[in-house]
Amino acid sequence: MMRDDPKERAALGRVATVGLEGAIARRRADFPILARTVNDRPLVYLDNGATSQKPQCVIDAEAHYYAHLNANVHRGVHRLSQEATDAYEAARDTAQAFINAAQREEIVFVRGTTEAINLVANSFGARFRAGDEILITGMEHHSNIVPWQLACERSGAMLKVVPVADDGELDVAAFEALLSPRTRIVGLTHVSNALGTINPVRELIALAHARGVPVLLDGAQAVPHLAIDVQALDCDFYAFSGHKLYGPTGTGVLYGRRALLEAMPPWQGGGDMIRQVSFARTTYNDLPYKFEAGTPNIAGAIALGEAMRYVRDVGFDAIAAHEGALLRDATERARAFPGLRLIGTAREKAAILSFVLADVHAHDVGSILDHEGVAVRTGHHCAMPLMERFGVAATVRASFALYNTHEDVAALFAALAKVREVFGDA
Amino acid sequence: MPDLRDLYQELIIDHGRRPRNFGALADANHTAEGFNPLCGDRITLFVKTRDGVIEDVRFEGTGCAISTASASLMSEALKGRTEAEARTLFDGFHALVTGHGAAEEPPLGKLEVLAGVAEFPARVKCATLAWHTLLAALRDQSAPVSTEQDEQGGAEPGGTGRAADG
Repeated sequence: MMRDDPKERAALGRVATVGLEGAIARRRADFPILARTVNDRPLVYLDNGATSQKPQCVIDAEAHYYAHLNANVHRGVHRLSQEATDAYEAARDTAQAFINAAQREEIVFVRGTTEAINLVANSFGARFRAGDEILITGMEHHSNIVPWQLACERSGAMLKVVPVADDGELDVAAFEALLSPRTRIVGLTHVSNALGTINPVRELIALAHARGVPVLLDGAQAVPHLAIDVQALDCDFYAFSGHKLYGPTGTGVLYGRRALLEAMPPWQGGGDMIRQVSFARTTYNDLPYKFEAGTPNIAGAIALGEAMRYVRDVGFDAIAAHEGALLRDATERARAFPGLRLIGTAREKAAILSFVLADVHAHDVGSILDHEGVAVRTGHHCAMPLMERFGVAATVRASFALYNTHEDVAALFAALAKVREVFGDA
Repeated sequence: MPDLRDLYQELIIDHGRRPRNFGALADANHTAEGFNPLCGDRITLFVKTRDGVIEDVRFEGTGCAISTASASLMSEALKGRTEAEARTLFDGFHALVTGHGAAEEPPLGKLEVLAGVAEFPARVKCATLAWHTLLAALRDQSAPVSTEQDEQGGAEPGGTGRAADG
C-alpha cells in the first residue's frame, strides 16, 4: 500500500468504507439484547457511554468458564486450576496486544477505570508531599477527580485544573502554563464522557514529558471508539473499563509503564500479591501480581479478552467510519432541531451527542424518550464541575456504539419531536 | 404501557412552566434546602408559620417539570393548614405517587394530578423532593435534604433510599 500518497489513501479508504458499512450492519445480530422491546417498542439503545451491550461471544465466554474451567488461578497443581490460569493469562496477552503494551507485566486487571485510577492515586501518590501539584482538567469524570482529591488530603498536595473552552476543547496553552516544577502527575481524559471531545493527548503528553511529568490517561470512553497504542501515545498509565468495551461489568485494565509500576508500593495486600509472608517481613510478588491481591474476576477477565478479540475483529477503521457517519447524521439533525443546544462541539469528537433543550429539563426529555423506547443518559454524567462550567444542571446524552444504526438516530429525533408535542413549541 | 399524558398533564406543564409562589420569602421562620444528587435538582423552601399554622410558603431552585410543578402545587395546598395537617397531607401524597395508596386517604385536591408519577418509578423522587424539604423545614433541619439519604422509612421505588422524613 502506498502509505505516503494521500490521494491513493483516500481512494482506498472510500472503497474500504463502503464494504465495511455492510459488514458492520451484520454485527448488530451478535447482540441478543437488541432484539428486546421497551414499552412495546424496539429498544433503541443510545446509552453506550454508560455501558455497552454484550455480543453473544462475550456472554458465552463467561458461561464457558463457569461450565468448564472454574478453579482458582495461580494456586492449584490440579488440572482445572492450570486451565483457568492459562485462560486468565491468555486474556492478559490479548489485553497487551489490544493496547500494544510493550510487556505483559504492564497489564494489571482491575474492577474498572475507577479502581485503576484509585490504584495509581494511592500507590504512585504515596510519594506526593505538601506543596506538590496534581494537574487534571475541567472535563474529567468524577473518577478522575475524587481519587486525586483524596491523595491531596493525605499528602497536602494541591489540585490544579486546566480550563475548558466554550466548544468543549481543552485550553492547551493553559495546560502548558499550569505544568510547574511541582507538578507530580497529570490525570487527563482521552475522550470526554460528557462532551465527546477527543483530547490531543499525544501533544499534551509530549508537553508534560518535556517537564518530566508522567501522564495518566482515563481511556474509559476512548477504548470503544479508537485504536489504542500506549507506546505510540507514550503515556505512563492508561486506565479503562471492560463494560464500555462490550465486555463484562467489574472488569478493567490498568496499563502502567514497567519502570513506574516496579517502583510503586503495593496498594492492596492479600493472597496472590506476595512472594513470601512471615510476621517479621513480607516480600511482594512480581508484576503484575503485586497489584492483583485476592482472587480476581477470572471469568470477567476471560470474557473481556473475548470482547477485545471481537472488537479487533470488527476493526477500528470500520467502527470509526460507521460511528463517524452516525455522529454526523445526529449532529446535523440536532442543529436543525428547534431550541436544541449542543454541549460539546469540539473539532475532534467521539460518537457522543450531549445537548439541552431550551425549555425542557433533561429529566423530562429522558422520561419521554424512554417512553418511546429510546434509552439515553440524562443528568450530570458524573462531571458536575463540567456541567457548572457550561451553566447547565444536566444534559441529555446520546452515545453510540458499533451496532447503532441511522434508524436509531431517526428514532431519537422522532422521540424528541414527541417531547415538543407534550411540552408545546419552544 | 403508561400514557405520557398521565405524567405530563396540562396542569403539571403549566405549573412547571409558571411555578406559583416562586421566590424568596423575607419573613420566613423556617427554611430548608433539598437536593437530588442524581439529577442536580435543587430547592430552597421558605415557610412562615404562626401558632402552628402555615401562613405562607415560597420556594426557589431549579428542577424538572415534575419537581417544579410538585413544589408549586404543594405551596398552594399548604397555605392555611396546620403543621399536623401538612404532615398528614405528605403521607397521603407519598402514598399517591408511590402507588401505595392507603385505604383511607385524605382528599388531596389538585395534588392528585401527580398520581401518574406512580407509573414512572424513576420520577418519584422528583415529585417528593419539595415535600421532604418541607418536613425538614418544619423541624428546622439545618443539613440539606438529599434524596439519596438512608433513613428508617424504607426505600422508595426506583431508587436507593428516600429522603429523611422523620
